Amino acid sequence: MKSASFGYARPVALEEASRILRETADAKIFAGGQSLGPMLNLRLVRPDVIVDVTAIPELVHVEETEDQVFIGACVTHANIEDRYVPDPSRQMMPTLAKGIAYRAVRNRGTVGGSLCHADPAADWVSILSALSAQAVIYGAGQRRRVPVERFVTGPFEAALASDEILEGVSIPKLSARARWGYYKFCRKTGEFADAIGAVVCDPDRDLCRVVIGATGSSPFVVENALHFFRDDTLTEVNSDAVLTFLDSLGLHDAFERQLHLVAVERAASRAAATA
Amino acid sequence: MPGMLEVAFTRSPLAHARIVAIEVPADLAGRVFVARDLDGVRSIRASATLPGFKVSDQPVIASDRVRYVGEIVALCIGNTRADAEDAATRVRVEYEELPAVSDMLQGRAPDAPRLHPKWDDNVFLESFVEGGAPLKHFEAPVRITRELRTQRQCMSPLEGKGLLAYWDTRRDQLVVLTSTQMPHVVRSGLCECLGLEQRQVRVTAPDVGGGFGHKGVLSPEEVAVCWAARKCGVPLRWLEDRREQLVANANCREHHYVITIYADERGKMLGLEAEASVDAGAYSAYPFTSCVEPSQIASILPGPYDFPRYRCRTWSVATNKPPILPYRGVARSGVCFALEVMLDHVARAVGREPYEVRLENLVRPEQMPFNNITNKHFDSGDYPECLRQLVEALDIPKWRKRQKNGEPDGRLLGVGLSIFNEQAAHGMSVYGSWGIPILPGYEQASVRITPDGGLEVRCGIQSHGQGMETSLAQVASQILGIAPERIAVVHGDTDTSPYSVGTYGSRSLVMAGGAVSTACKQLRERLLKIGAHMLQSNIESVRFEDGCVRTGEAMVDIAAMANTWYHLPHELPADVDIGGLEATAGYKTKRDSGTFSYAAHGVALLVDPRTGSVEILDYVVVEDGGVLVNPMIVDGQIYGGAAQGIGTALYEEMPYDESGQPLASTLADYLLPGPTEVPDIRIVHMETPSPYTEFGVKGIGEGGAIGPPAAIANAVNDALRTLGAEVTRLPVTPRRIFEAIHRSTSAARSEPSVQRPS
Repeated sequence: MKSASFGYARPVALEEASRILRETADAKIFAGGQSLGPMLNLRLVRPDVIVDVTAIPELVHVEETEDQVFIGACVTHANIEDRYVPDPSRQMMPTLAKGIAYRAVRNRGTVGGSLCHADPAADWVSILSALSAQAVIYGAGQRRRVPVERFVTGPFEAALASDEILEGVSIPKLSARARWGYYKFCRKTGEFADAIGAVVCDPDRDLCRVVIGATGSSPFVVENALHFFRDDTLTEVNSDAVLTFLDSLGLHDAFERQLHLVAVERAASRAAATA
Repeated sequence: MPGMLEVAFTRSPLAHARIVAIEVPADLAGRVFVARDLDGVRSIRASATLPGFKVSDQPVIASDRVRYVGEIVALCIGNTRADAEDAATRVRVEYEELPAVSDMLQGRAPDAPRLHPKWDDNVFLESFVEGGAPLKHFEAPVRITRELRTQRQCMSPLEGKGLLAYWDTRRDQLVVLTSTQMPHVVRSGLCECLGLEQRQVRVTAPDVGGGFGHKGVLSPEEVAVCWAARKCGVPLRWLEDRREQLVANANCREHHYVITIYADERGKMLGLEAEASVDAGAYSAYPFTSCVEPSQIASILPGPYDFPRYRCRTWSVATNKPPILPYRGVARSGVCFALEVMLDHVARAVGREPYEVRLENLVRPEQMPFNNITNKHFDSGDYPECLRQLVEALDIPKWRKRQKNGEPDGRLLGVGLSIFNEQAAHGMSVYGSWGIPILPGYEQASVRITPDGGLEVRCGIQSHGQGMETSLAQVASQILGIAPERIAVVHGDTDTSPYSVGTYGSRSLVMAGGAVSTACKQLRERLLKIGAHMLQSNIESVRFEDGCVRTGEAMVDIAAMANTWYHLPHELPADVDIGGLEATAGYKTKRDSGTFSYAAHGVALLVDPRTGSVEILDYVVVEDGGVLVNPMIVDGQIYGGAAQGIGTALYEEMPYDESGQPLASTLADYLLPGPTEVPDIRIVHMETPSPYTEFGVKGIGEGGAIGPPAAIANAVNDALRTLGAEVTRLPVTPRRIFEAIHRSTSAARSEPSVQRPS
C-alpha cells in the first residue's frame, strides 16, 4: 500500500496554485490529506501532481465581521474544536468538531478538504449546509460564492472547476435565539456515519433547516422545514412528513429509513433542549 | 539490510478463474516471477490423515487457476515497496472467470461449481460423532431447533506478517527472519516446498507483534520470497499490508449450525444434535489443515455439561475464499455461541433463569476428573461455583430489578452469560485424532547457568507478545532462586533453541514451563553436589534455598559455584556430574489429554430498539486457570481476549458478495473494537490446580476471546425478549437487531419452533 509516484508542488499564493492547476492535466489539491493520503496509498487516485495548498496564507485566514465569520479552507478541525477561531454558530461548530473521527485526524484534517472531498458521511458537509454557509471559490483571479449544499453536488463530487480552489467558507452568525441539534449514528466512535440529522432554527433570521446526511448522496437540505415538526417548539417530529420526504429521495431500505428518521428526531429533541 | 530489495505481489482480482495467459513486460525480466519460473518448488500440502479427506495443494504462486481474491499470481521485486507495487500493477493477466462458491451452504449443493477438478464435491471432509444413548426417535418435553451462524473474521494483530530472507553463502544456508509463532514448523514446511535439507534453513522470529493464529501457518509468501531470495542472491523483504492481511491472509472462523437441544421441564439437558458446516476456504492451510475447526466443533460442542445423548455431523467446505486459519480459541467462540444461545432458549422455554438451567447441567466438582460424552477428560475444577461467583459479581438480581423498571430513554436492558471450558496444552492423542500432519508431543528446554551466576533458558516455543520471557523466567527462578532479571529467555530461532512445534493451543506455559522446571531441577541436583563439596559437607547435610547451597549457617551462592565449575574445575572432586551447569530436559504432562481451564462471562447491556445499537454497561469474567504463574499477564490475556470477543460479538465481519469479492478490504469497513467500545472488564479468579501439570498450571491464553459472543448475544436476546425477537447471527449488528425486531413485529411465526412443556 504505497502510492504511485507523483509530482509535488507547494505554492505560496492562490494565483500560483490556480496557475499550476491550469497548467497540469491531472493535478490534485492536497490539504490535510486525511482522505487523500489513504486514497493515494490504496492507489485509488494516481495524480501527476499533488498541489499542497497548506502554505497559502489566504487559506488559513480567519475573519469575523458583524454578521458572519470567514474560515479559510485549511483551518483544521482541531483549530475549530479548540476554539482558536471565532464561532458563528453558538457552539455548534466547536462542539461537533470534537466528534469528527479521531483527534489524530482532526489535527491535520481541514474544513476545506472535507468539503471538497464531499464524503456524504462527513460532518462538515451536513453541519455547514445546516448553517447555510457559503463556499468561497477562487479561480483565475475571480471569486464566486456557492451555498455549501450546492457546492457538494454528489457523493465525492464538488462544484469546482479544474483550476478552482476552495478558499474558505463564510458562515452567517446565529442569533441568541437560535437553536441547533445534531445527531450522528456511527457503528463505533470515530467511524464514518451511517446517518446524520442536523436541525438549525433561528427565528431572527427566519431560518429553519433540517439536513439529512450520510445518505450515500450529497446531504439533503430542507429549507423552511417547520412542517417536519408538530409545532415550533421542535419537541415532536412529524415522522410521516420525514418518511414521505425519505420516500421522495428514493430511500427505501427499512433500516436506513429508520436510522435517518431517528437521527432527525434526536437532532430535533436536542435543538428543542437548547431553548 | 545492505542490498535488500522489497517484494510486492500481483494478486488475483477474481474469486475463481482460469488463468489464460500471463504477460510480464520485458523490462521487468529478472524481477518479476510467475508460477512457470518456480523450478523445483512444491505446492504447500497439508493433508489430514482422516479417512475420506480430500487433498488440496496450495500453489505458492497460482499457475492455471485462481481460487480466491488475493491469491498470488506474481512476485515482484523493487528497490522500494512502491517500486515493487508499480511492477505488480504492470503484470498483465488474462483471466477466464468461473462461477464462484461464495458461501459454504451453496458449496455443499450438488450443482455447485467445483473448486478442485479431481474432487467429486466441495467437501474436504464430512465427519460424524455420536455419544451416549441414541437420539433417533427421541422425544423430550422441550425440543428447540435453531439455525445459527458465525461470521468470517480476520485476525488483526497490531503488526501483520513480515519476512526478510537471504541466502548465507558462507553457511550454505537460507536465513529467514519471519513473524511466526512456530519457527521450527515453518522450517519444516520451507524444506518440503523448496527441497532443502533442514540444516540449510534457519528460521528466526524476532519480536513478533501479535499472532493469534495468523502467524501459526506456513504462508505462500514465505515460500515464494525465500525461493526468490535464493534465486536472485539478494536479501528480500515482504511486509504484509493491512489490505493483504484482510483480503488474502488472516481469514478465520465461519460456521453454520443447525442445532437441536432436548431438555426436561426443569431445563435438564437430555440431548444435543447438530449439523455444523465450516467455510474452510480454497485450500487446506499448513500445518493445521482444513479439518481442525470441524474436528474441534464435533468434539467440544457438548461444552462443560453432562448430558446423555449427542450426535454431530460436520462438513468442512471448500469455497472461493482464503483458507481459514485457527484463531485464538479455535472454533470455541462459535461453539460456545451456538451451545449457550440454545441453553438460554431452554431457560426461556421452562421459565427459569439462564444460570439456574446451567446449574442443572454443569459437570459437578465431585465428578472430577470427568470423562464427557465425547471422551474429553476434564481434569479439575468447580464449574457450578464459577457460575455462582459470576451471578454474584455481576449482581444479576440488581439488573433484573432495573430491567423490570424500564429505562427512561426507551432502551432495553439485557443480561447475558456464558460458561465454557477450554482444553489447552493437549497433546498427541487429541491432535492425532484430528489427523493433522505435525503434532505436538513432548517439549524441550535447555538451561545454562552462566559463569557469573545468571541463567540462560532456551525454548522452542515462540513468544509473540504474551510475555513468555517473563513467565518462564519466573518458573526458572522458582526452582533455582536466581532473580528473574538475571535470567535471559532465548527463543524463536531454529539455530539456538530446542525443537518445538511452537506456540498455539495455550500450550506454552504448561509445556515449556514444565520443561524449564524439569531442566532447572536437574541443575539444582548438580549444584547441591558442587555446593556440598565447596562447603566441605556431604550431600545429605546440605540444602538448596534462595539460590544458595546451605549447611547450618554456612552457604555458597550460585555465582561462586558457577565460577568454580567453569573457571576452577580442578577444585571439584573427580565424581562431579560432568553434565555440569547446563541441561536439556524434556517434559510431558502426566496425561496428554490436556488441561481444562474454564470461565464464566457475564454482561449487562442496553439495546436501542430504534437504531439497534448496543452499549455495554458491565462485563465480568470469572476464570479458573489453575495456579497462575503471573496473574498480571493472565489478566492481560483475558482483557485482550475479551476485547477480541467483543469484536466478534458486535463488530468484526468479512462479508463476501455472490461473486466472491471481499467487501471489507480496509479497516474503515472491517470494524475492530477500540478503547471506547471495550468497557472496564472485571475479573474474578478461582484457582483449582491441574493434577497433571508442573505446579498445577493450566493453559489460559485463549479463553478471554471465547465467552463474549455467547454472553453478548444472550444479553441482546434477553433485552429483545419482550419484543419476541432474537438474533441468530454474529456479529450482532444494529441492522441485524433492527431486522430481528422487524421480523417479530411484522409476522407471527407460522410454525412455533419452541414446544412448551405440556
